[in-house]
Amino acid sequence: MVVATAKLRAETANVIRMSGVRFVWPGRDAFSLAVDAFSLPAAKRILLIGPSGSGKSTFLSLICGIIAPQTGEIDILGTDITKLAASARDGFRAEHFGIIFQIFNLLPYGTVIDNVLLPLSFAPMRRKRATTNGRAEDEAVRLLTCLGLEPHLTRGPSAANLSVGQQQRVAAARALIGSPEIIVADEPTSALDRNRQEAFLDLLFTQVSDAGATLIMVSHDETLAGRFDEVIRLETIAISGRGGRR
Amino acid sequence: MIVLRLALQSLRNRWLAALLTVIAIAVSITLLLGVEKVRTGARQSFADTISGTDLIVGARSGAIQLLLYSVFRIGNATNNITWTSLQDIASRPEVAWIVPLSLGDSHRGFRVLGTTADYFTHYKYRQAHGLVFAAGKPFSDLFDAVVGADVAATLGYKVGDPIVVSHGLGAVSFVEHDDKPFRVSGILERTGTPVDRTVHVSLEAIEAIHVDWQSGGRIPGQSVTAAQVRQMDLSPKAVSAVLVGLKSRLATFRLQRAINEYAAEPLSAILPGAALQELWGLVGTAETALKVVSVMVVATALLGMVTMILTTLNERRREMAILRSVGARPRTILGLLMAEAGVLTLAGVGLGVVLLYAALMLLRPYVDATYGLHLPIEPPAPPEMTTLAFIAVAGCIAGLLPALRAYRLSLVDGMMIRT
Repeated sequence: MVVATAKLRAETANVIRMSGVRFVWPGRDAFSLAVDAFSLPAAKRILLIGPSGSGKSTFLSLICGIIAPQTGEIDILGTDITKLAASARDGFRAEHFGIIFQIFNLLPYGTVIDNVLLPLSFAPMRRKRATTNGRAEDEAVRLLTCLGLEPHLTRGPSAANLSVGQQQRVAAARALIGSPEIIVADEPTSALDRNRQEAFLDLLFTQVSDAGATLIMVSHDETLAGRFDEVIRLETIAISGRGGRR
Repeated sequence: MIVLRLALQSLRNRWLAALLTVIAIAVSITLLLGVEKVRTGARQSFADTISGTDLIVGARSGAIQLLLYSVFRIGNATNNITWTSLQDIASRPEVAWIVPLSLGDSHRGFRVLGTTADYFTHYKYRQAHGLVFAAGKPFSDLFDAVVGADVAATLGYKVGDPIVVSHGLGAVSFVEHDDKPFRVSGILERTGTPVDRTVHVSLEAIEAIHVDWQSGGRIPGQSVTAAQVRQMDLSPKAVSAVLVGLKSRLATFRLQRAINEYAAEPLSAILPGAALQELWGLVGTAETALKVVSVMVVATALLGMVTMILTTLNERRREMAILRSVGARPRTILGLLMAEAGVLTLAGVGLGVVLLYAALMLLRPYVDATYGLHLPIEPPAPPEMTTLAFIAVAGCIAGLLPALRAYRLSLVDGMMIRT
């Protein structure tokens, strides 16, 4: 990891660089995705737009190292994750990614704090960063407060009773804890109404820039475009298809 | 560790299903261990049916047959032993005591045993337990009878009640020795042995009720009254079997051989312990059947657990996608599900053992009094521990099925949340 960090400083330009990537889901009539060349500069806010079925989930799974392409390189923070073993990719994801889903982000039976602290179990470096100023629990409370979750809910016994908006804030705190370099948000606001959407994004943006992280947000809602540094249409960087290898 | 805590919380979230699964496993384990307890208890009780007797002597026959009619009152003697042979055996220097047994009559379905008063002192069961009178005393008059606990309980007899002995062995007999009624002189405590189901009378009484009988029927024109019979010579001419006690156990095999080679009459002498073991070997099949059934019940409970975990798997795909997204390896998810199965099985095993001992403590006095089955309360023996360990391992292995499915699902789903 020391090597990776050194390398990262050497080529600060890109957090993500993909070249010659080909991926086909197993099975007949399978969905395939190809990315010939793509790079993403650090500390930016990116909006990734694509209609449903365009391969957004596959694209994100590739970046996060959940799936590995059949061919090609995916360079994240100076590490080619396609060269890593599956379990090493899982560890890499734990250390460097914070992920927010569209809905159902939380383990409903766990406490709010436990939900926020969950990634630290898999990421020793993030745990170290989260505990530099005290206990990890305190850092979780700080993030939740910054993200606008009411204090009495922060210490609440269960995440199950929270509203969708509150759940998304907890999910954002989980993604941000321990300051991972990349935050991936898969349509995090689609279940919120317009006002809440704006408020959520405001808080998320503040925290992401405080942490100096890169935000990749996926949406099909182009009205959000103005708030991002860059808007990327998936179809301009990736070719998707159905029905075996090309 | 948070992941483990969350796994437990996940289980707690499904507490009803989890609890029912644990109870199902626990009950199956109680059954398995309980059957084992009853089996060993029954075997012990069986082996303890008769003790203190060194040899049983009867007319020449197989060991099991002799044991069956002399001790268990099942079947009939092939032939009798003459009184002379009996006296010959009794007078041998190794012999400490003999108790003659005479069978062949019944009372309302219960066997009538003609014997001597020595029976009540020398018949022992369950190591050194002797026969104890719950009421009354041994027979002293010619027409006195001592009944076992089951006879008294089933027929509602008290000391002093009159009873009529039937010829032959059916519950309903058309040939009754009704001209010579008996009187209950004593009732024995429950022993859990065939003694409970026996009516005991003196050897002379057996002779007395048969004086005017020949070949199973009354001799026409000859009728002897009860008063007349008391004046007659009632010394027995033959008996069905003899219980023999020796002065020294070392002489057992020597005497057994001597009796088996007795020239004047073809006789058999058997060691009751050995014959009991041999007989138990015959009933062993039922034992195996019981064991197979209870093993099946445990397997069913484990299957139930697998079903429970499998059915929750779909709704937990979300949970697994979240865990995967924060960096959990598919292996971790496999481990979590196996751990879940392991925790459920272990809880079931623990609860099962607790249930077993609770049931033993509650039911032991009742089982002992009703069935004469003595169930010892002891800590689990090594074979039982092995069984429990085996079940725990089997539970974890059963957990592999849903775990592997979850592993596969989490690989396929990746980070995508499917609901």
